[in-house]
Amino acid sequence: MAHFSKRNRRREREIQQALNNRLELVKAGFTRRDLMKMGLMTGAGVLIPKLGLTHAYGQYNHDHGSGCDLGNSPQPAQVFVDPMPIPPELPARTLTDPGLTFGAAPMICPNNAPNPNNGNLPFEGRGQFNGLVRAGSDCFQFFNQYPPQKYFVERIRANSNFRITSDTNIPAQLIWGFNLGGTASSDVATFPGPTIVSHYQEPWLIRRFNELPTQSQNGGFGVPEMSTHLHNFHSAPESDGGPCRWFFRGQYFDYYFTAQQAGFASTHQPNGDINESLSTMWYHDHRIDHTAENTYKGLEGFHLIFNQFDTGNETTGFRLPSYPQFDIPIILNDKLIDPDTGKICFDTFNFKGLLGDVQLANGIVQPYFNVSKRRYRFRVLNGGPSRFYELFLTDPLSPSTQIPFWVVANDGNLLPTPIQVTSFRLSVAERYDIIIDFNQVKNLIGSHTKVRLENRLEQDDGQGPTCNVLAAGDSKGAYCVEFRVGSAVTDNSVDPATHPVFYQLPSVITPRITRNFEFDRDNGQWVINNRFANCNELRFTVTQNSAENWVLTNPRNDWQHPIHVHLEEHQILSRINDGGHHSSRSGSYYDPSRDCNFGGGGGGISTTRPGVPNVEVSRKDVTRLQFDEDATLFFRFRDFQGDWPMHCHNTVHEDHAMMLLFQVQPNVIDNNQNP
Amino acid sequence: MKKINRRNWLAAAGATTAAVGVTGLTGTTLFGQEATPAGKHNYNFKNLSPRELIQRRHLPNVELITQDNKKVHFYTDLVKDKRVVIQFMFARCKDICPIITHNLVEVQRLLKGRVGSDIFFYSITLSPEEDSPRDLKAFAKKHGVGSGWTFLTGKPDDILLLRKSLGFFYNNPKEDADRNNHSGMVVVGTEPLMRWAMCQGGAAPDWIATVIQTEADAPLTGSVDGIKQADLAVRMKGPVNGMKQPGPAAHVHK
Repeated sequence: MAHFSKRNRRREREIQQALNNRLELVKAGFTRRDLMKMGLMTGAGVLIPKLGLTHAYGQYNHDHGSGCDLGNSPQPAQVFVDPMPIPPELPARTLTDPGLTFGAAPMICPNNAPNPNNGNLPFEGRGQFNGLVRAGSDCFQFFNQYPPQKYFVERIRANSNFRITSDTNIPAQLIWGFNLGGTASSDVATFPGPTIVSHYQEPWLIRRFNELPTQSQNGGFGVPEMSTHLHNFHSAPESDGGPCRWFFRGQYFDYYFTAQQAGFASTHQPNGDINESLSTMWYHDHRIDHTAENTYKGLEGFHLIFNQFDTGNETTGFRLPSYPQFDIPIILNDKLIDPDTGKICFDTFNFKGLLGDVQLANGIVQPYFNVSKRRYRFRVLNGGPSRFYELFLTDPLSPSTQIPFWVVANDGNLLPTPIQVTSFRLSVAERYDIIIDFNQVKNLIGSHTKVRLENRLEQDDGQGPTCNVLAAGDSKGAYCVEFRVGSAVTDNSVDPATHPVFYQLPSVITPRITRNFEFDRDNGQWVINNRFANCNELRFTVTQNSAENWVLTNPRNDWQHPIHVHLEEHQILSRINDGGHHSSRSGSYYDPSRDCNFGGGGGGISTTRPGVPNVEVSRKDVTRLQFDEDATLFFRFRDFQGDWPMHCHNTVHEDHAMMLLFQVQPNVIDNNQNP
Repeated sequence: MKKINRRNWLAAAGATTAAVGVTGLTGTTLFGQEATPAGKHNYNFKNLSPRELIQRRHLPNVELITQDNKKVHFYTDLVKDKRVVIQFMFARCKDICPIITHNLVEVQRLLKGRVGSDIFFYSITLSPEEDSPRDLKAFAKKHGVGSGWTFLTGKPDDILLLRKSLGFFYNNPKEDADRNNHSGMVVVGTEPLMRWAMCQGGAAPDWIATVIQTEADAPLTGSVDGIKQADLAVRMKGPVNGMKQPGPAAHVHK
């Protein structure tokens, strides 16, 4: 396979694209003369738009001429006119709540009794696998040792009156989302869903109802079969919300969580390792083959967990800014809007990845957010489906001003100590908790009052970013949120510049085994070690309570993959550019000009972990697998038994088979190094 | 082909109404930036059903020829109101096509008479220039393909349009031109329900069969989803109730 330089490859694609566009038009019955009359083609036969008609800015997903494509979305007349909403907190409920008495009260094993009012489907969907009941399966592990102390209910519903902008030129949208758990029709689904707040050592149970409309009322995409994953909690398979455990309309599903840190039944009994404490998680649909469209439809929300150190109160513990006033979750999503209908659209025939050109923060197009002149904690989440971000703070009136801020947590895991940066890179499902001190920001921007969270990472298609970080204020980047700085108020939160100490990193020990996983494409299908997602197959077995190293390899330089592993977190021990050592099944694509991976955002590269940015010397649950890279991850697999997935969290790749299932069992030795 | 007017050309070409087209064609700005003057945002959105939009963009009604030399139209004859399984192949393909065809023959067996009854299989040639209906018929016979599974050829331009509309193409034109590297994806769709998925032709047949059956869980009529308890007995036995345990690494093919 030939090697192209970046520019040549792009040019090749443009040429091919122009040709395709011409073919389409000719096919549609137009002559050259018609096109020239319409001003779309020059005398030389070149279509006027630089990158082709269907691609105002060079996305190559739809050479066939879809209207639902990058550059086509109608934009609101004005941006930064709507305030950024903060999702409401999900209220706790008692066992007398109608949601928790329906069918039966929550119990250790699934309530698989038939519901005559729902075609005799079981009341509860837990215990189903591939949509079928596996009798006797999926009872809660550790339920009796750590009985639930707190109960929640959510109802998954459609909402056809959801607005992403106050501009009435853009119509209301049909979304699917989570409500506050009430039965009333006025308790509507929202996007993002309610924020769930829980506390370590307070075990909780959440019952979710699938109240979606029938398949034929999906508005063009979405499958009303739900599996709600709590992203990054240390969960047993029956409560994890994995890809193969979906439940149907009219069913409910009880998800139970021990609320203990990892290690609670092994290395650190009975409550786990404090240094494995999590803080920023999120929940989202995970139905195999349909996760991208279902999460695109709105099935995403935050889940925050506090403990005795990360308290949510800035006068206690680590003294991080108080929740909820100064501790703000922000989920970023890019959407496409259909130019023919004004409705959010999704291409279910795309397997490469999907970019949008309408930028949302907390479900609203480019909102503003009023802040006081003090420190804030923002929990920034990339809600997908495919885009990579590199986020900066930009003064729109003085884009060249560098505005530093602090990273305090990566993937919701507090770092040993804060790290000052000017940017951070965020692939799908990654989270960065940052602290912005707007008092210091105000000193930098002088009389100006606005700074914006700006994405400056260039990306042309859904497969991965380019090598270019755009100039600040470049029109091709996206401003995600505008912060408007007001007056000073009391600030009791810790100053990151004083280098407060949070959790230590758990020790890294000699692994029992090192396994290798190559993330590639084979005949257009995304593969791990040349094999596909398959709910009927467990690829390998990890010995319970053992440690392993996993080496993730990306042999290509034209896509990247955010790799997510369920059950346990990992630490990145090294990131090595392999210099073309690995060749892909579809040819060698090594190009040194693409050795352009994330440089650390100003926070530096680790001196002890080769190639790992300091902000990634942390616990992680998603590792961005970059161009031509081998990333070595360290894991401990503890406490629970059962099956979990590892998968690409570009949700489009995930739905097109870049996933595997592994299991954890005691007393099994599986020495397969390339499973 | 229906008569072209400006409106359906705009839809076909992926351009938009004039107001939006202006920004789409000339600008490099992707996202909303500074406040822009109101007034040009009179979008005149149309009330098109999502099903119609999918048909327009992904399910072109091109004329095809079956292995029995019968003329059919892709949308109206093969896909509309049906559950379908669609993949691409060519008769002389030596690498991936025989494996996928072999797998799908096994899937057809696992689906126990549903193929041709409520699920329809289509294999479309990537080489319409060289694959005659007779070649396709011979290919099907050689692989033991049963009834309810149609092989299709047509005009090269129509096949190209169909391939791209269904997502079977690569961004990189060199990759795209390499037939031996063609997509092994299998589209599984229920057209009236706007439910579309892809599975992998090289995957294990029991898993492909599981995907096709679970995609068919949503009934074409009625209000209850999912498999009724009474239906469980007739569902495929095997891996769903006794998951395969990990064994030595085995490549899907090669």
